[in-house]
Amino acid sequence: MASPYSKEQLLTMYRKMYLIRRFEERAGQQYTLGKIAGFCHLYIGQEAVAVGPIEAIRPDDYMLSAYRDHGQPLARGSDAGMVMAELFGRGTGYSKGKGGSMHIFDIEHHFYGGYGIVGGQIPLAAGMAFASRYRNEDRVTVCYFGDAAANQGSFHETFNMAAKWKLPVIYICENNRYGMGTAIARTSAVPEIHKRAAAYGMRGEPVDGMDCLKMYEAVKDAAAYCRAGKGPVLLEANTYRFRGHSMADPATYRSKTEVEEERKNDPIPKLRDHALKNKLGQDSDFEAIEEEVKAQVDAAVKFADESPEPSLEELWRDTIVEEGEQDVRPRERVLGVKVTNWPKYPSGQELKVTWDLEPREQAEAADKKAGLSR
Amino acid sequence: MPSELTMPELMYREALNQALAEEMERDANVFLIGEEVGRYNGAFKVSQGLLDKFGSARIIDAPISELGFTGMSVGAAMVGLRPVVEMMTWNFAILAMDQIVNNAAKLRHMSGGQLRCPIVFRGPGGAGGRLSSQHSQALEANYAHFPGLKVIAPATPADAKGMLKAAIRDENPVIMFEGERLYAIKGEVPEGEHVVPLGKADVKREGTDVTIITWSRMYYFCMQAAEELAKEGISAEVLDLRTLRPLDEEAILASVRKTNRVVIVEEGWALAGVGASVVDIIQSKAFDDLDAPVARVTGLDVNMSYAANLENATQPDAPKIIDAVKKVLYREGA
Ligand SMILES: Cc1ncc(C[n+]2csc(CCOP(=O)(O)OP(=O)(O)O)c2C)c(N)n1
Repeated sequence: MASPYSKEQLLTMYRKMYLIRRFEERAGQQYTLGKIAGFCHLYIGQEAVAVGPIEAIRPDDYMLSAYRDHGQPLARGSDAGMVMAELFGRGTGYSKGKGGSMHIFDIEHHFYGGYGIVGGQIPLAAGMAFASRYRNEDRVTVCYFGDAAANQGSFHETFNMAAKWKLPVIYICENNRYGMGTAIARTSAVPEIHKRAAAYGMRGEPVDGMDCLKMYEAVKDAAAYCRAGKGPVLLEANTYRFRGHSMADPATYRSKTEVEEERKNDPIPKLRDHALKNKLGQDSDFEAIEEEVKAQVDAAVKFADESPEPSLEELWRDTIVEEGEQDVRPRERVLGVKVTNWPKYPSGQELKVTWDLEPREQAEAADKKAGLSR
Repeated sequence: MPSELTMPELMYREALNQALAEEMERDANVFLIGEEVGRYNGAFKVSQGLLDKFGSARIIDAPISELGFTGMSVGAAMVGLRPVVEMMTWNFAILAMDQIVNNAAKLRHMSGGQLRCPIVFRGPGGAGGRLSSQHSQALEANYAHFPGLKVIAPATPADAKGMLKAAIRDENPVIMFEGERLYAIKGEVPEGEHVVPLGKADVKREGTDVTIITWSRMYYFCMQAAEELAKEGISAEVLDLRTLRPLDEEAILASVRKTNRVVIVEEGWALAGVGASVVDIIQSKAFDDLDAPVARVTGLDVNMSYAANLENATQPDAPKIIDAVKKVLYREGA
């Protein structure tokens, strides 16, 4: 069967996956050099889970993630130098060096953050989706979390509300089979996370997370479903991280053969093979992309390395909004790039609230039937 | 002033209700969410009638999922809505503390100033009537600890209205402690646009001999004590902090410099309490103005009992405050 994709689409996805891979390899290297500190959770092996979905949604759709959060913003178009600078703890990073590896935020690109508390971002995503419905916008929110996060109360509490209120949110569980050193099957009564959606009457599906195109299709479909007001979707991306949980983890809890087996499933050559087989690109195209990306990542490391640390006055900024304080536009601050689609915080006057969570007549009719009086 | 004479008397809960209604009227981004806020009209009737006025799109009955709906509201605030989250009581908000502390309080910092989180978390705090340990706690010190939050605890209906309006308009997460036992208290409340700025304490009673510093429900015991003391010729100033983060240092120090003696009255426990921080401010910035060590009257360092006599013994009250005042005045019998 011929590929339904254009050459441009495939090369874009390849470029993004390759960027994440190279970026993460260099990040790992810089960590061992002591340039990056704290926790540094690499995304190597899981690139398809970020790139497929991001290609399938609109640039103004909301997105957030956990602490393994370098890949998604890079795929969304964040500046690699500013992400690296954040990892280095420099004042030119997206969060001015105050967030670090686990807390990348790029609001210009609608990436609403990486979060360090396992499962803590799950309700936030529902809230962003809630805001979209409240304002009658057709945006979706895409929220990433790990398999282990599915055992947190936040998962269950949020899924109940998201399903009940038909919130336009796509949850992507990145099932890389381990929560730190513990295999998910050892701690989970139902290790197939997508099955849990059934408990909330909501749509849940497994997806091959090592295949960028499968991820693309699944999210395209889910986004249309969400935008049609049918409610949230849980996608379980079955994936694998090739490296340890974080740079501090040698991952001795997995067998060599297991890792070798999984490495054969690498999503990056898989996409290239698809393109080559369908004559939507040739070796020279991929080689050119790889050269460009390498240069891009080199420049990112150089930018981070040459950037100054944040000034000590920064300690006292950005904790609360002082009266009259303007929002900071990081790319404008750092790169001089004019930001045009910075989100506004509209005053209520212009809003038209049309979303009725529970139509009154319906509720009253139900009450009457049940013999209750309001 | 004649205008004050004609101010309507409202219950604390009615004042809050008025603030909510006015702010929702003013800004469609404001919505109220919480357990029983809609059809039940609020567990403590603060949201009485709001469902009829604003509909179920904006007065939202949440499931009993404190962490869930709190976090969801934080997410909504991140993209520009202005949620008011009603905690049925602050005791249950302990389940939601992660979302308040690790997300709401820190989003702006972690994003290097890219995000703002305009949200109000409000509900009753403090001792209830004979409810034992899990329902009777003054937990404000916990939240006052965290940078990134503002914490308020108004005592009077007028302040309750004015401060809730200010909190809803604030660009930051605001924690509002209402007194569970204050809801039925009556007081004059200005109509319409009455906004009390956050971060400002209020001298509720002028005095010259001693400053009594307090907030929320304890304010009433302090006023009672001040009246009793006046009969003995002791003139007590009562300073109502109203906001616990940020503390109004200026007002605290001004009063200390005037009276030179201080008693701090706090419903919560002594260790690591808000009062301890007030003492710290006073001793480090006005030590030379003190004529006696600062005294504290706090809840006893025990969990709350159900038995009436034990419950009463646990709490500060007017006689305990009077004793403390006499102690800092070096009066006999104290
Ligand atoms: C509430 C909480 N508990 C524990 C931790 C420590 N911790 C960090 S990552 C992690 C494993 C999470 O695994 P998973 O959700 O599957 O995500 P993955 O790392 O596989 O992407 C743990 C236990 C934490 N950050 N937060």
